[in-house]
Amino acid sequence: MNSDSSSARALSVAITGSGGSGAVTAGLILLEAAARAGCYGLLTRSSGPQIRGGESAAMVRFGGQPLGCMGDRFDLLVGLDWLNVNRFADEIPLDGEGVILFDPGVGAVPPALAGSGARQVPLPLKEQAAAIDGGRLNMVALGAVGAICGLPREALAAGVERVLADKGGSVLEASLACVAAGYALAPEPFVALPAPGGGTEGRWNIGGNEACGVGALRGGVRFVAAYPITPASEMLEWLAPRLEQVGGSLLQAEDELASVNMIIGASFGGVPSLTATSGPGLSLMLEGLGLAVASEIPAVVVNVMRGGPSTGIPTKSEQSDLNIALHGMHGDAPHLVLAPLSIRDCVFTTQWAVELAEHLQTVALVLSDQSLGQSRVITEAPVRTPAPLARRVEEEPEEDYRRYALTADGVSPMTLPGVPGGIYTADGLEHNERGTPSSQAADHQAQLDKRLRKLEGFDYGPAWAELHGAGPLAIVTWGSTAGAVLEAAGRLEAGGTPVRIIALRLLAPLRRAALAEALAGAERVWVVEQNHGAQLFRYLHAEQALPAGARSLARPGPLPLRPGEIVAAVTATA
Amino acid sequence: MTVAALRAKDYKSDIKPVWCPGCGDFAVLSALTKALAHLGLPKERAALISGIGCSSRLPAYINAYGFHGVHGRALAAASGLKAARPDLAVLAVGGDGDGFSIGGNHFLHACRRNMDMTYIVMDNEVYGMTKGQASPTTGPDWMDSKMTPHGPGVRRFQPAAIALAAGAGFIARGFSGDPSGLTRILAAAIEYPGFAFVQVLSPCPTFRPDHRDWKEQVHGLEAEPTGNAVEAARILQADDGMTTGILYAEELPVWQPRNQASASIAEIEEEFRL
Repeated sequence: MNSDSSSARALSVAITGSGGSGAVTAGLILLEAAARAGCYGLLTRSSGPQIRGGESAAMVRFGGQPLGCMGDRFDLLVGLDWLNVNRFADEIPLDGEGVILFDPGVGAVPPALAGSGARQVPLPLKEQAAAIDGGRLNMVALGAVGAICGLPREALAAGVERVLADKGGSVLEASLACVAAGYALAPEPFVALPAPGGGTEGRWNIGGNEACGVGALRGGVRFVAAYPITPASEMLEWLAPRLEQVGGSLLQAEDELASVNMIIGASFGGVPSLTATSGPGLSLMLEGLGLAVASEIPAVVVNVMRGGPSTGIPTKSEQSDLNIALHGMHGDAPHLVLAPLSIRDCVFTTQWAVELAEHLQTVALVLSDQSLGQSRVITEAPVRTPAPLARRVEEEPEEDYRRYALTADGVSPMTLPGVPGGIYTADGLEHNERGTPSSQAADHQAQLDKRLRKLEGFDYGPAWAELHGAGPLAIVTWGSTAGAVLEAAGRLEAGGTPVRIIALRLLAPLRRAALAEALAGAERVWVVEQNHGAQLFRYLHAEQALPAGARSLARPGPLPLRPGEIVAAVTATA
Repeated sequence: MTVAALRAKDYKSDIKPVWCPGCGDFAVLSALTKALAHLGLPKERAALISGIGCSSRLPAYINAYGFHGVHGRALAAASGLKAARPDLAVLAVGGDGDGFSIGGNHFLHACRRNMDMTYIVMDNEVYGMTKGQASPTTGPDWMDSKMTPHGPGVRRFQPAAIALAAGAGFIARGFSGDPSGLTRILAAAIEYPGFAFVQVLSPCPTFRPDHRDWKEQVHGLEAEPTGNAVEAARILQADDGMTTGILYAEELPVWQPRNQASASIAEIEEEFRL
């Protein structure tokens, strides 16, 4: 049996079932077990919009090097039941090389899957589960998958103990027995995965929403106000108790309008603050964000994008909020837009966003998405970077203190409530240097200039993008799509086509000169993104940042962009 | 060295109000500075938060930290500030449109969240800044707005009764034509440990000249302030909207952050380690 054709050393497994079947739990254990066996891994989950029941799938890909996307095809599909599996048919590409593992007792393999030509391996999963007190089919299936993939039994057991730690002794015991029974059922092993050298020391198992939470804490965020929304809620649920542990707090607001104004109020008080939301919530927050820009109060929003517009596809991913993030605020409102390039990078990018917002006294929008937020990865621990960028606070203001002073770099030292002699009124109305409302043209021009100057003139260093490779073929991408582009480039290079990748982390203000330098000499330029409107492509065109003849590969969600389709697109025009 | 007692004028900024001559908000500004002086609150430890509207300009006229935000969101910004900075005296101020129409949802939830802050609504039953449209507290038969030529035709919003139903623990009504009574109410509201709501009848001479009658219509509460919500509900349901004084005062659980640092970030990150 072949492993994932996208990379000789990666294996893709999908575990599908109806809600409550334990597909995701089995996937989480598989990921942890593979990690303990020395593999890197990535788990994405797919579910419908229902709360209980419906469909549920965990897709796990593991291999010998870090993985930034799902592959083009699956090696193994495990059907815990077939109740809603038709909804997954196009998310889990199978072929004649693949294997479908199932219990005939749950029914024959449905035509949508059987038609792939994948080899069917029936196993008595149900029977084994029934023989164990408290036994469950998903755990038996997990044992069989572990054996097939060549995972050591101890790694599986450790995975069970880690993931089910809070379930209680009897559940744990029954699960371990089921895994052992399933392990014994395995018909034949898959290709064993080579573990990379160096062992698992220092690696993390972390989800993207949690990673943004870690970045927020590292960046100094100590107040969060938010309204729950899919797929951002896990970030808030993770942060609520942990903010308290570091001396901060989270307030569940009555709506998104309240959330954003609450964080602006808290930040006015001097506490770095953040909110997290998804598309519809971001729409509601835009007025407040304009206020933060005008009143120069730091504010950070992590927008975990989902399919849009409107309520769209809440549980699945898309990169279609770039336009609103760049252009949604009324008036001339320069601000920062950033996008993490991987789950691991959610830590750095969120921390950087907080620091930049604090230092530049402005708004930073972080465009994460569902495919990052609700996935987990086995990765090297994100490096702890010192936080050199803090808010410029005026602790001993002079008599003539001017909150919105027209400084050379555009950043004006800010006093915080409680500081004598620094009293001012922060204002979303246009104002003069003292903060007094003013509708005079000169004041408006001066303040607009200053708010732009502080963003345009700042030295963002090399973190504005991740650059890889060289050559006449250049691919510009952003955010989560970088993972698929990286893998596509690996294949192109293996086939003799060198590729240079420019994965944008800082989307606004656009680093035009740095981008021009990175694109210098490129003969063919592609812009790759996951949305219908080619939003980045159009933005770069508007900024005159693309050479003539640049092409767009823009495909909407919710299916993830796969490396194979990127390779196909850019080679078709070679 | 002894610190000189603060006087009302110490709380006045040097910015000239945009209000029309005769506006009731001048009296609110004056009463507020007197109340702050009476309480001896250091001016840098007070923060006034507002939304949009004539009365929402007030923070700029007070010599304290101020925040003039967007329409309807004063209570949200004030709540965030108080959660982050419990050491500050936080006051939200604004008008009837800002507080009860666009900000209505925040009003309900600020009442029930019961953070320790004061909310002063200068109620003139009209949108003054946009030149004379009906507000939630405008009567159904008021015919003077071009936007509602047949009158709003909608029942009035009942701020005090709604605040009570939403869970507020301190509800008072003042009148800008009674500055000393208003000063006493504001001082009590700022001292109250929780969300204190003060509706101030503050006439708009420009768009509601008929409110000259308010001087004859207002009357004090005949009984002592009640701490009984059922009794308060009875009083407020029977009320003509012109009763001034503290209408309800009861100490209720106050929302405050439970931030007690107990771990480092590095310790928290251990949960991800294999």
